[in-house]
Amino acid sequence: MESAKKSVLAARRQFLLDAARMAGGVGMLGLGVGLYAKQAKALPPAAIRPPGAGTEQDFLGACIRCGMCVRDCPYNILFLAKPEQPIATGTPYFVARSGPCEMCEDIPCVKACPTGALDHKLKDIAKSKMGLAVLIDKETCLNFLGLRCDVCYRVCPLIDKAITLDLRHNERTGRHTVFEPVVHSDQCTGCGKCEKACVLEVAAIKVYPVKLAKGELGQHYRIGWEEKQKAGGSLVAPDAEHKYNLPEGMHYESGKGLSSGPAPTPGAGVDSLQGVVPNPGRNAAPAGNMPQNIPGGGLSSRMTDDAPR
Amino acid sequence: MNENMRIGQEAVEAKGWWLAHKWLVLRRASQLGILAAFLAGPWFGLWIVKGNLNYSLTLNTLPLADPFILLQSLVTGHVPEKLALIGVAIVVGFYLLVGGRVYCAWVCPVNLVTDAAGWLRERLGIKGGAHVSRHARYWILALTLLLAGITGTLAWELVNPVSMLHRGLIFGLGTAWMLVLAVFVFDLFVMNRGWCGHLCPVGAAYGLIGKVSPLRVTAVKREACNDCMDCFAVCPEPLVIRAPLKDAAKGVGPVILASECSNCGRCIDVCSKDVFSFGSRYNNAASMAGVAQAAPK
Ligand code: SF4
Ligand code: SF4
Ligand code: SF4
Ligand code: SF4
Repeated sequence: MESAKKSVLAARRQFLLDAARMAGGVGMLGLGVGLYAKQAKALPPAAIRPPGAGTEQDFLGACIRCGMCVRDCPYNILFLAKPEQPIATGTPYFVARSGPCEMCEDIPCVKACPTGALDHKLKDIAKSKMGLAVLIDKETCLNFLGLRCDVCYRVCPLIDKAITLDLRHNERTGRHTVFEPVVHSDQCTGCGKCEKACVLEVAAIKVYPVKLAKGELGQHYRIGWEEKQKAGGSLVAPDAEHKYNLPEGMHYESGKGLSSGPAPTPGAGVDSLQGVVPNPGRNAAPAGNMPQNIPGGGLSSRMTDDAPR
Repeated sequence: MNENMRIGQEAVEAKGWWLAHKWLVLRRASQLGILAAFLAGPWFGLWIVKGNLNYSLTLNTLPLADPFILLQSLVTGHVPEKLALIGVAIVVGFYLLVGGRVYCAWVCPVNLVTDAAGWLRERLGIKGGAHVSRHARYWILALTLLLAGITGTLAWELVNPVSMLHRGLIFGLGTAWMLVLAVFVFDLFVMNRGWCGHLCPVGAAYGLIGKVSPLRVTAVKREACNDCMDCFAVCPEPLVIRAPLKDAAKGVGPVILASECSNCGRCIDVCSKDVFSFGSRYNNAASMAGVAQAAPK
């Protein structure tokens, strides 16, 4: 009886010991893999996910690393990450500089994805958000240097929407125009054609995962003119019109000072602020040295704050 | 009795080379054939199968998906699209019938590696090494699911040699060969049948699927056993053989019911007395009389 009890106790002890050993060993393994997995969540800037991929966190849970998207991409731009790469092993990516997404109209990569890691709700490739192009080096970009390279702008599948040329005065020469390529995040798909096409040794415009490239306003920020447009009118009481309180029959003109006589027509004088914003009708056209047929929508649409972006 | 004989030599003498290697050859043909079908696309532009063992599309119509990886994905909170779900249903259905670990013996490319390690280990006479319970794989299986839940990513895929090797062969290996080599060396020097027999959670998952599969190896002619022990030596999961082969007196039936058995059929090959054969899980009467009664039906 006694010995039987003892052996039961010994067996129980052994069982508990084995279980503890197993839990310990497997726990260590789990810790190792878990920490590694945490590291592997950081996507390097040069690796862009195929169209339709959600946030990196979601993608790493949804993508089963099957490579169907890789197979069905007609341009063979997609690759599955190898273990030595700093991208989660087996997940698809492309590198814009060597092979950008050609923005297929039928999006075969998304259709091929069996899990929906590439979201099947994406039907219009122009709505995809693979990344965001950033003109990151203004010191080497030829357009910033005052030349008319424009290559990134011209290759963009969403020319004049995702990327525009914004004009400003060339301070260096004093008499030319700088055609600054400007990317608009609400339109840019991150296809990377601009980065691929950039003529420099190292591209001055690069595509990054949106999370890296995009800033974010504080939640409480409101942009005045947008609110104004939404509301269909000014949200604050309009400023009282500026008025000089001068003796009757007198008026004031800058440079000339006080004088008597009738007031000048409104808008021509300095006491109206309208003329301060350069206005194509007054500044560009009579000067005659500004190109009239500017790709990118032309000057007039860009010179006011109301220009569509 | 055959201390100086190599495993299976007696069988070769008794049945001839082919019958002593039939299932092994068929199994290798299956493993290599499946691999070749996957490789024909990238190597020769013959797209019979696209994808890899995690998910594949055969002839652009038949989807097949790995239940283990999709389960992990589900645990992260992602519900897959239709194609993956159909693929999983087909795969689970198939292995429910033929035995879950048929995947291990007939499909998985790592089996080629670990079998090679096991063969070399036997050849070199390497004995001993680390001991871990064969239940460890189920713990690791639970761990992979836990990790998926906690990290929200398919964490195990970062280290899984099965998908690394298969994907690597098809899409570019990179340094994945190091992991495969590690498995080989581990099996060779550290633990006999270490990876597939003790640790691999993929095999564990398929084993669970095969818990009720009708197709089983059975020791129908167990009374002919001459205790040469070749089957124990050759079996990657020798624990599954003991009771069905030896415990007739205790009323245990001859069918190898343990789901760890991979239906590899090596025991069938290697037995000079033809004790084993493939059979049905339901022909499992403990006494030969019972089998005799059931057989005429
Ligand atoms: S949209 Fe076309 S080019 Fe771009 S990744 Fe998909 S399949 Fe490839
Ligand atoms: S097809 Fe979908 S699940 Fe497969 S690798 Fe591509 S993104 Fe991942
Ligand atoms: S990545 Fe470049 S080319 Fe592509 S949409 Fe954006 S701006 Fe245009
Ligand atoms: S146990 Fe794992 S590695 Fe071994 S054959 Fe099965 S699935 Fe492959």
